[in-house]
Amino acid sequence: MSDLLLSLALILVKLGLIFGVILGMAAYLVLAERKILGRMQLRHGPNRLGPFGLIQPMADVIKLITKEDFMPDQADKWLFLFAPGLTALTALLSFVVVPFAPPLTIFGRELPMVVCDLNIGLLYFLGISSLGVYGVVIGGWASNSKYSLLGAMRSIGQLLSYELAMGLALIPVVLSAKSFSLTDVVMSQADWPNLLKHPVAFLIFLVSIAAESKRTPFDMPEAENEIVGGFHTEYSGMRFGLFFVGEYINLVIIGSMLTVLFLGGWHGPLLPPIVWFAIKVLFVAFCFIWARGTMPRLRYDQLLHLGWKVLIPLALLNLLVTAAVLLAIG
Amino acid sequence: MLDNYLPIFTLILIAVCFAIGSTVFSGLIGQKKPSEVKLAPYECGMPLVGTARERFSVKFYIIAMLFIVFDIEVVFMYPWAVMFKRLGMFGFVEMGVFILILLVGYIYVWKKGALEWE
Amino acid sequence: METIFFYIIALVALGSGLIVVLCKSPVNSALGLVNTFFCLAVFYVMLYAPFMAAVQIMVYAGAIMVLILFVIMLLNLGTEARKRYTHGVVWAALASLLSLVTFLVFIKKGQITGAAGDITKDVVMSVGHTELIGKTMFTEFLLPFEIASILLLVAIVGAVVLAKKEV
Repeated sequence: MSDLLLSLALILVKLGLIFGVILGMAAYLVLAERKILGRMQLRHGPNRLGPFGLIQPMADVIKLITKEDFMPDQADKWLFLFAPGLTALTALLSFVVVPFAPPLTIFGRELPMVVCDLNIGLLYFLGISSLGVYGVVIGGWASNSKYSLLGAMRSIGQLLSYELAMGLALIPVVLSAKSFSLTDVVMSQADWPNLLKHPVAFLIFLVSIAAESKRTPFDMPEAENEIVGGFHTEYSGMRFGLFFVGEYINLVIIGSMLTVLFLGGWHGPLLPPIVWFAIKVLFVAFCFIWARGTMPRLRYDQLLHLGWKVLIPLALLNLLVTAAVLLAIG
Repeated sequence: MLDNYLPIFTLILIAVCFAIGSTVFSGLIGQKKPSEVKLAPYECGMPLVGTARERFSVKFYIIAMLFIVFDIEVVFMYPWAVMFKRLGMFGFVEMGVFILILLVGYIYVWKKGALEWE
Repeated sequence: METIFFYIIALVALGSGLIVVLCKSPVNSALGLVNTFFCLAVFYVMLYAPFMAAVQIMVYAGAIMVLILFVIMLLNLGTEARKRYTHGVVWAALASLLSLVTFLVFIKKGQITGAAGDITKDVVMSVGHTELIGKTMFTEFLLPFEIASILLLVAIVGAVVLAKKEV
């Protein structure tokens, strides 16, 4: 019984830590994005609250909470209330399988540095990311506004098109790790990161995960200057805040998944593993913000063309070639 | 088996509490001044035209249907990828045939123009 | 502990099943169905079949239900579906009730037994569920696997023919 209580306490501590760290990271990524974009456009970005604007995220939270939270009178009431929470939930759920450091031994107990080391971790990630579409679609449809509906439709088409390429790009990774467990995936990269072993799969995964989380070259579903935010046009106050938080948690997830699957996870010289992990995640997040400052948005036909006619055949070819090479070298 | 998944259920509970708590709290302390114009769907300030419950292009459906088929194909590949080393050449040829048959379908879809978005 | 958990999830599954049947709005019904699938995935996990759980979520909740939701939302079924009540519904209800009773009788008779055969819980635990599926599917069930690809091919052709008028 005490063993059960101990493991339950451990779970709660881990979850609490991760919950805090992720929400904090999401809040500060918002600031980082505004700062970096500001600098790229020769502006300062937020700089009034605290040194370098460091208190800005708290101010944003207070603003969002005290704003009026209203619902359009033609909206589908329950679904409208339900959608933002669902988005935040699906974004948070992906993180439980991410291993951020090698297993630690405390008091003679082996303590894996991951919330739950599932032996189907990779599939779990894919499954949860495919559920991410629901929050967006329900929110867009329930708002009963044309912009929201357009955003929801675009996002379904986009998510479905890129999920295939993403799934196919992960198969070479599984081939060399021989397991779906993300800890095993990181372990298999002790010598070389998957980035060098499977460069094509990396590129495909990078593009598709950017499209999946609607980051900039692929932000058709929210395109501020044509459909004014897409699925969240009608949302205000904390409900908008939940969509927003979900989006930035997604940015953390992108960083972590790219790190775990392709950049060698916690492996690195000199510094402690967890520092390497953080550096890699933040670097990926920075690159995505950088892309937002640099790249124009794709048109919808270009987007589907890229997904179905370029990435999927490329991923299939890459899969066969990788398998053949692995077979040849034994 | 279930023990491994316990954190997920706990996290679902925490996240649901967080989502409900933050929105309810915001609803309590936020201001409430609804007006007819404010509650109307946003349309850049113009009077509303038509409804948002419109039918959409069949293109979207075909994407969704093709997605299901190819998704099932990818699902078949996962157990194969895990067992690849142990299946060896035999498994490779097997999967080659599988992909080849689906490639025929893919080329058919492409040639029929189902992937065009004009 | 596990039994209590099972009953909680079973209740949730039944509740969402009832939502599917009883809800007036088709969108809510579809979401109830998604939740039922989610509960089914939990049951798969409890049966030591995590791969099936993942596939259940990926394929049923993540792909098929998205299509159904898509169709409901875009065809604007909300208002029309309610009017189309026919006597066919009664027959369908009777048929499903009959099959449920037959099923229950079979379970009662014990013809659907528990773990029998070589693959027991311990084997699944030691070898791994995915590995077992992979091994069986790619050696013993080679032909069905290849036939599945032809079935999928047919499905692709069907989808294109249905959606494109000029074919």
